[in-house]
Amino acid sequence: MVEVRGVRYAIGGRAIFEGLDLTVPRGRITAVMGPSGTGKTTLLRLLTGQSFPASGSVRVLGQDVGALSRRELFALRRRMGMLFQNGALLTDLNVFENVAFPVREHARLPEPVLRRLVLMKLEAVGLRGAEALMPQELSGGMARRVALARAIVMDPEVLIYDEPFVGLDPVSMGIIVRLIRRLNDALGITSIVVSHDVQEVGSIADYNYLLAGGRAVAQGTTAELNASSEPAVRQFMQGSSEGPVSFHYPAPDYAQALLDAGDLRGAR
Amino acid sequence: MIGILRRIGAEALFLLRVLAACVPALRRPGPIIRQIYNSGARSLIIIMLCGLVVGMIMGLAFSDMLQRFGSESALGIAAGLALLKELGPVLTALLFAGRAGTSLASEIGLMRATDQLTAMQVMAVDPLRHVVAPRFLGGVIAMPLLVCIFNILGIFGTQLIGVTVMGVDGGTFWSQMQNQVGLSDVTEGLVKSVVFGVVCTLLAVYEGYHAEPTAEGVGLATTRTVIASSVLVLIFDYMLTAAFL
Repeated sequence: MVEVRGVRYAIGGRAIFEGLDLTVPRGRITAVMGPSGTGKTTLLRLLTGQSFPASGSVRVLGQDVGALSRRELFALRRRMGMLFQNGALLTDLNVFENVAFPVREHARLPEPVLRRLVLMKLEAVGLRGAEALMPQELSGGMARRVALARAIVMDPEVLIYDEPFVGLDPVSMGIIVRLIRRLNDALGITSIVVSHDVQEVGSIADYNYLLAGGRAVAQGTTAELNASSEPAVRQFMQGSSEGPVSFHYPAPDYAQALLDAGDLRGAR
Repeated sequence: MIGILRRIGAEALFLLRVLAACVPALRRPGPIIRQIYNSGARSLIIIMLCGLVVGMIMGLAFSDMLQRFGSESALGIAAGLALLKELGPVLTALLFAGRAGTSLASEIGLMRATDQLTAMQVMAVDPLRHVVAPRFLGGVIAMPLLVCIFNILGIFGTQLIGVTVMGVDGGTFWSQMQNQVGLSDVTEGLVKSVVFGVVCTLLAVYEGYHAEPTAEGVGLATTRTVIASSVLVLIFDYMLTAAFL
């Protein structure tokens, strides 16, 4: 479904990916995990054709994203859905119009058909009663569910979630976790979940990739990763601060930096 | 210098892309009308107020000046020409940049900062066509209308002070204006207002669209909109005035 092969990508001279390989099978939930700053969001930009790799290839639904014309890219994007971290709802439209937006743009449906379609998608995320609200009136969890309804309204074949659990209370988080599983199974969608919430994403993912240092350092089912003896994998899965992944950003020697900060005597 | 040239080049390319996006956007008049309301109708009060006050100032100052030459009967011509050709378009454009330009830039900048523009792209919707083009067209259509309203209020203000307070003869005021102010003067003002509309609105949507997606970036985009619009409007005014001489 989605194949990433040998991708290299750098932003402003800083290498983000150095030979990344990923395979996402059809109809499964694939999790991409990793510490902050490992390029998880960059990966999503590559998958949706907002950025292109310096070398290597990104194939989505059998098409090489980098080789597509603008028209072909837009056609490909119509077959994909994406849930943004903060929902990214259009603030000048209400909930109903937000969900209807992609349909109005891409398909000429009679109003009654459109209305039924949107209500069905809102019902699927449990927010049919909120159709008249504006995005500003929604809580974070509700906004994300509306965004999810919008992401599935065009019946995508691939659905990408960008950090779907960040900033949610436990109840909303549980709802989103179950929704991802249910939508995946009921609609036969291929799901890609990018997250660093190991517990939540691990509980629903069929297969996991762990990114670090620009490559996929580990992969497997959640049970396999939990049982891994690799120090970096263990550290990440258990959320420990001890291990190969450093808490400190690279810096010059600590004692020397304090000494260099100037003479304390005379500084009043 | 190279930075300025690059900026001009980027703006010109952006203008072409926006113009291309305007063609399909014209098929849906709804959003454009809403943007005419946002940029135009919501600027009405400040435009009308300033037009009236500018007219009243001219009524005072021009009558005083002209009386020193003993030709206060020319008040109508002086005020009409000054308003229609220069003050109306320029002042309206400056006010428009401050009122509508900033709100356009910050609105689009915030849409950028909250991923709304990216979300549209991922939904295979061109944000230029859906967000930028209607706002651009709305501003470009609103500007000449605002200039006309500014001019009307300005002439009314001049007449109000010049005739009723400073004692210029009302009949002379209107007949002189009618005789001496020609269609070409009106056209010059209208051409200027359209050009200024393009300049102010384009800068606003450009800055908003390219704003850094942070609170600071959006603030910077609005500031740059006002500064760049003000300077460019004056420069274009000089060039257009020279061209119409």
